[in-house]
Amino acid sequence: MNAFNAVLLRDLRVAFRRWSELAHPLIFFVIVVTLFPLALSPTAAQLREVGIGVLWVATLLSSLLALDGLFRSDADDGSLEQLLLAPVPMTMTVLAKVVAHATVTLLPLLCLVPLSALSFNIPLAALPTLALALVLAAPTLSVLVALGAALTVSLRRGGSIVGLLVLPLTGPLLIFGTRATDLSVNGEPTAAPLLLLSALAVLAVSLGPFAIAAAVKVGLE
Amino acid sequence: MPLKMRLDLCYSKTKVNPIGCKNDRVGHNPRSTGASLLLMTEPALCGRELAAWRGDRCLFERLHFDLGPGQLALLVGSNGSGKTTLLRILAGLGLPTEGAVTWRGVAVGELAPDERGEIAYRGHLEALKRDLTVAENLSFHAAVWGRSQPFEGVLAELKLSGLAHMRARYLSAGQRRRAALAMLKLSRAKLWLLDEPTTNLDREGRGVLAEWVRGHLRDGGLAVIATHQPDEFAARGALMIEL
Repeated sequence: MNAFNAVLLRDLRVAFRRWSELAHPLIFFVIVVTLFPLALSPTAAQLREVGIGVLWVATLLSSLLALDGLFRSDADDGSLEQLLLAPVPMTMTVLAKVVAHATVTLLPLLCLVPLSALSFNIPLAALPTLALALVLAAPTLSVLVALGAALTVSLRRGGSIVGLLVLPLTGPLLIFGTRATDLSVNGEPTAAPLLLLSALAVLAVSLGPFAIAAAVKVGLE
Repeated sequence: MPLKMRLDLCYSKTKVNPIGCKNDRVGHNPRSTGASLLLMTEPALCGRELAAWRGDRCLFERLHFDLGPGQLALLVGSNGSGKTTLLRILAGLGLPTEGAVTWRGVAVGELAPDERGEIAYRGHLEALKRDLTVAENLSFHAAVWGRSQPFEGVLAELKLSGLAHMRARYLSAGQRRRAALAMLKLSRAKLWLLDEPTTNLDREGRGVLAEWVRGHLRDGGLAVIATHQPDEFAARGALMIEL
């Protein structure tokens, strides 16, 4: 547990010392979300209709933007191979890194989404459900993104391939997330898609670290 | 033509004595009789029939060695001869094409986390986070390796005391190398695997490192060092592995 905290704190510290990089996904998100109303004829009803989908897709895309730093910088300076050799299970190290990464990239994004929702004329009453769905989707998204980053750690230019690898896997998140938000906009019960999102989160967090650790090991060989 | 010559070399290697102690490629330093008796009793690091290929190029084959407590192995060979590959295999970071490496009887790839802590590998990369200070890098290393002894003494020995609170990005290449060696010294691993550790070090730094290696061996530690200047580490009973 000591080592888990050490990795977590180190990654947070490094991230905050390079804070300008943290802003990139957020700015990207704001730009994407602003471009859609410009491209569509912005009647209030139409905005609300596409808004939910746009918000979710923009969230997925911006989370991809931040993933390159997750393992790449550690691989480049040799810390990753030292972590592999350290007397700590790699699954724990990987989990700490994913938690740190999610804290600095997804958390600010999650705060932005409900704000942007207002600009799409999504009713205030639906915001708690939207936020909850995002929070439930965040662990799965982090694990998928980390898996993509781990699989491409040995590639010099992994950025474009990661999108191809990870985006198709985010399909279920997108479906259940937009469904939950949709239902709550229409005032219907949202338990089913939210429970499915939670199930995915449990699955991702329990199995994900093993897959990510294995991918890192293979990548460094 | 170069490929053929390389293959010929491999072929000649396959014919050498599998124990690998009496041939011209892999063998003991003539002064090693005492140490080889020691390692007969308790070899800790064993390489068995190791071979590594890069594509269709053979780096080494039928490499066979035992290393016991207090013993040093020096890997020498020209650039690209497979020194780094062999060290990474010994560390468990790479897999040999053939053969196996064991540490205290367990294959290095299957060591439990605790046993893994007995092996320290220092490669070409220093593993310093550039945005953290030297002190933060060292305390992180200590926390992960479960050692939290003060590092001021080690930093003073390396003449890094004044730089402890400077971010690693502002260090020179030699200073970064010294900081990486501080992590090695603080790890208290039994087996040191060092890949050209004197790169970028000045004469003084090389002296400190050589002294540390001697002290480590005296304390019953083992070391495998890839180097182009084997004389700097020459120790009694050193095993010379020529790749």
